[in-house]
Amino acid sequence: MSTSVLTSVEQALQRIDAVNPKCNAMLEILGDSARLHAKALDEAAANSTRLPLFGQPIAIKDNICTIDGRTTCGSKFLTDYRSPYDATAIERLKAAGMIIVGKANLDEFAMGGSTENSAFGVTRNPWDAERVAGGSSGGSIAAVASGMVDYALGSETGGSVRQPASFCGVSGLKPSYGRVSRYGLVAFASSLDQIGPIARDVAGLARLLSVIAGHDPRDSTSVNAPVPDYESMLAVDAGPIRIGVAREYFSEGLHPETRAAVEAAIDVYRKLGADVREIALPHSRYVVPCYYVICTAEASSNLARFDGVRYGARAEANDYIGMYAASRAAGFGAEVRRRIMLGTYVLSAGYHDAYYLKALKVRTLIKRDFERAFESCDVILSPTTPTPAFKIGEKIDNPLEMYLADIYNCAANLAGICGVSVPCGFTAAGLPIGLQLMGPAMGEARLLQIAHRYQQATDHLTRRPAIYSV
Amino acid sequence: MGRAIEIDEVRRIAQLARLQLSDAECERMAVDLSAILDYMNVLGEASTDGIEPTAHPLQTSNVLRDDVPQESMDSAAALANAPAKDAPYFKVPRVLDQAE
Repeated sequence: MSTSVLTSVEQALQRIDAVNPKCNAMLEILGDSARLHAKALDEAAANSTRLPLFGQPIAIKDNICTIDGRTTCGSKFLTDYRSPYDATAIERLKAAGMIIVGKANLDEFAMGGSTENSAFGVTRNPWDAERVAGGSSGGSIAAVASGMVDYALGSETGGSVRQPASFCGVSGLKPSYGRVSRYGLVAFASSLDQIGPIARDVAGLARLLSVIAGHDPRDSTSVNAPVPDYESMLAVDAGPIRIGVAREYFSEGLHPETRAAVEAAIDVYRKLGADVREIALPHSRYVVPCYYVICTAEASSNLARFDGVRYGARAEANDYIGMYAASRAAGFGAEVRRRIMLGTYVLSAGYHDAYYLKALKVRTLIKRDFERAFESCDVILSPTTPTPAFKIGEKIDNPLEMYLADIYNCAANLAGICGVSVPCGFTAAGLPIGLQLMGPAMGEARLLQIAHRYQQATDHLTRRPAIYSV
Repeated sequence: MGRAIEIDEVRRIAQLARLQLSDAECERMAVDLSAILDYMNVLGEASTDGIEPTAHPLQTSNVLRDDVPQESMDSAAALANAPAKDAPYFKVPRVLDQAE
């Protein structure tokens, strides 16, 4: 290895400067701190063993706290917020020798599926600038898809890594709940949130997951289980593969080209010798309403902290309650307000049992659907999204329609299981299509193994967007 | 047909959520929330008799770490983002009436 870390960081920074104006993936480019860390690594590297991701530039979704630069959450409220600490996942990346080169765009507080809810402008899809990159981790995904970086971190509450990965033709993982510490991830819905790795291929996801996964005493919901070397597990013989396909994930509204690409992926697995069988997820029709009751309820509570006292922009008022209300009104965008209102409503006296408690019971049924399904299959295969990337502005005035874009994704977050999206083809118009595989809780090693088999047998990753050659 | 949520209810919820909304915003919110709540009512069709609620995907509860003293955050760092401060305190508008 002759290239210095500084050289590869300079190359990434140049590439970001050239490409970012075309897609607005990065909210902040961390040139100074990236160079500083790179030089320090180059000086120390002579006497240290190089870890697999040593010197690799990475983009971080801007709801993950970093000491370097700002952490805005895509919100006007936190325009100038600087975190006094690094998230645990960030500490681990740094310890592995990775270099943070930028903070990536997102829907405000990760609420949305298109990055159109960012206070700092939409992220454009690297394959078609008229279309959304997806969301909420749209900036992190577009940074990888446009070749600015090979790695990024996103976060998921209900599909926010898998959905944009599908829209932009890269690979994205939602780890099982508790696999990765949430310490330093700005909370949206605490029983659903999880930081997820993003890379071009599954091998990249495996490499990154091994770095960020593991128990953290600062997050009592992080699971205390050993972290395998996920990348070396990819080379292990997967043995007989049992793939479950649920009719509920191929229902009306599924785009014909998406359906065709996913059916072709099923054939690939059949040719690899997999046993493809039908499974049932009978409570699927309740997933989206269940998800939106729970995530808005938790969000209304979590976002109470943004009151204009300890951080964020304060609006002046005569009394303290007026100050809270005015600061929050001035700082939050339309979708965040809507979700806070909805969450407050479903938790309020008189509605709590009909909405919130009911949703928690339905969540039990959804979780059981998956437990039962995984008794007869290793992974569940489906499209990641019902359609390819939609046009910017197409759904912005209809929040409900936007919510339905996550229809195949939210169940994994409700059930706490893991799921991955990998590219599985393109539409005739050249838009990427994503294949989703879901595995049982803490089943990442097997899930990635099975997804890796598919990538080895196909060549969808060789195609690159035109922006790639900028 | 009435809306799932009327404008007075929106005002009450906004008060609870500490969100200052204009009349026009309350009106728009009533329309948006009504559509979403109508959609959520499908949950009522799920049979949940005798089903325990799941608040959290993990089975763990009351996880405690060892009670070992650690260095805490420096107060200047904690105050650095405050919109108003009088070190080592955050400054807020008066909470108690002057008469008290």
